[in-house]
Amino acid sequence: MSGTTPEQTRKTWSPRPLIARRWLRWLALFAVIGYLALALITVPVDGARILRGFERSGRLFGEFLQPDFTSRWRDIRIGILESLTMTVVSTAVGVLLALPTSLGAARTLAATPVYLLCRGYITVVRTFPEIIIGIVFVVMMGFGPFAGFLTLTLATTGFIAKLMAEEIESVDGRQLEAIRATGASWAQVVLYAVVPQVMPRFIGLSVYRLDINFRESTILGIVGAGGIGATLNTAMARYDFSSAGAILIIIIGIVLVLEYGSSYLRKRLQ
Amino acid sequence: MPVYQSEQQQIWRRRTPRARLLGALGWLLGLALVVLCWQLITAQTNWGFVRDAPTQARDLFGRMIPPRWEYAPSLVRPLWDTINIATLGTLFATLLALPLIFLAARNTTPHPALRALAVLLIVTSRSVHSLIWALFIVYLVGPGVFAGVVAISLRSVGFVAKLLYEAVEETDAKQIEAIRATGASGLQVLLYGVVPQVMPTFAGVAAFRWDINIREATFLGLVGAGGIGLQLNSAINSLQWSRAGVIFVAIFLLVLFSEWVSARVRQAVT
Repeated sequence: MSGTTPEQTRKTWSPRPLIARRWLRWLALFAVIGYLALALITVPVDGARILRGFERSGRLFGEFLQPDFTSRWRDIRIGILESLTMTVVSTAVGVLLALPTSLGAARTLAATPVYLLCRGYITVVRTFPEIIIGIVFVVMMGFGPFAGFLTLTLATTGFIAKLMAEEIESVDGRQLEAIRATGASWAQVVLYAVVPQVMPRFIGLSVYRLDINFRESTILGIVGAGGIGATLNTAMARYDFSSAGAILIIIIGIVLVLEYGSSYLRKRLQ
Repeated sequence: MPVYQSEQQQIWRRRTPRARLLGALGWLLGLALVVLCWQLITAQTNWGFVRDAPTQARDLFGRMIPPRWEYAPSLVRPLWDTINIATLGTLFATLLALPLIFLAARNTTPHPALRALAVLLIVTSRSVHSLIWALFIVYLVGPGVFAGVVAISLRSVGFVAKLLYEAVEETDAKQIEAIRATGASGLQVLLYGVVPQVMPTFAGVAAFRWDINIREATFLGLVGAGGIGLQLNSAINSLQWSRAGVIFVAIFLLVLFSEWVSARVRQAVT
């Protein structure tokens, strides 16, 4: 190695930094560390309470590992059935209502006032978490699965309409033009140029939303909007962890079946 | 696509009669299921309350307007807590997810049995809604912001780990082989062969989950796990709708903000 100069031997390689400008890199680093320090300081942590929690966790897990399906079976059955029925009906109705909303929210198809109206509706519905919409409906409609059904229906329309509007806006414009060139009306353009292009995505999203709706239906009961959440909440309040464990196992089972079912269906459609 | 010969002309049909019959049968079954579920919901509904809903709604929104804006300054701390729950929760979730990703990806797992265990943990974390996690954690460590951070972490671990172990499985094997060919150790292969390939996905997933977590952190207070949901719960329980209105506006703005930030970050990394 006598031919190499000292400069060459000292060369080392290091990965390219994420942010190219040096001052920005340091500023970002300090901002992040400063924020995290401030955030951690303001989280009150009661050490003694957490230690007691570790003792409690023994009992919790012990009883979870011996799930008790039988003693509260009546309540569990009603709760699960409510969750499932809410899921099915709200997905069906929500998907139907999402059809016109998604057409209205597509800039390429709708007149400006309709577009703004539909987009506004989607933004409001999508921004609020399901459970908060659920609280308002429970106050208006009283306790029970009807409030949950309305909540999930609303959330479904917002979810599907937003994603479908984006899909509709990105369809192949040449096909639209071709159908329009035959003298087709607006409805015919939608039916023969737009629908065939977006149908697979629409079915996929509907199936996906069914999956989400079941997950959400498991908690709506906590605020009184029907479903298994009420049973789970009661079981926890009574420290009846073996029943809570049983409910949890049923929820995880149904979620798994729905998730693998829906991803299998979506794969087949695409 | 079958073509039929009838008299002189050929008739083209999209589906065979058998496929059409099956399709119609499927629609009929689906419709029957929805109707059945709808009947179960109506049986559980008190229609008197539902008929009363328009009056209730008018009353409710009437009392929300005008919102009591002087209440807004006392929401600053709860909003800060909400953001911290989401941010710290996402941070801890990604840290907890790292070993799970490594164990669950087929191409990096040390042993199939460990992989099965990791996938089981991921599935459990993902299938249980964060509000249910919060119910358990509040029982264990007591109410407060800390419980919210833990609940959000436990829910997010599975989400982050699932999306990332799939990304790790899709990494380019040639790059990993090239690093290995230089005589790199297992850790070095991971660090220089795998990590650079999944880094953009990692940042994208973390930003996406942070956005979802902000939304979820707004309602964890309903079961006592800190954040603005606590104020919402007390405002609703004491029927102070003018305060609830201010809280709704705050949640709306917070979620819009987080969506914007998350979208910007994801745009930057992809």
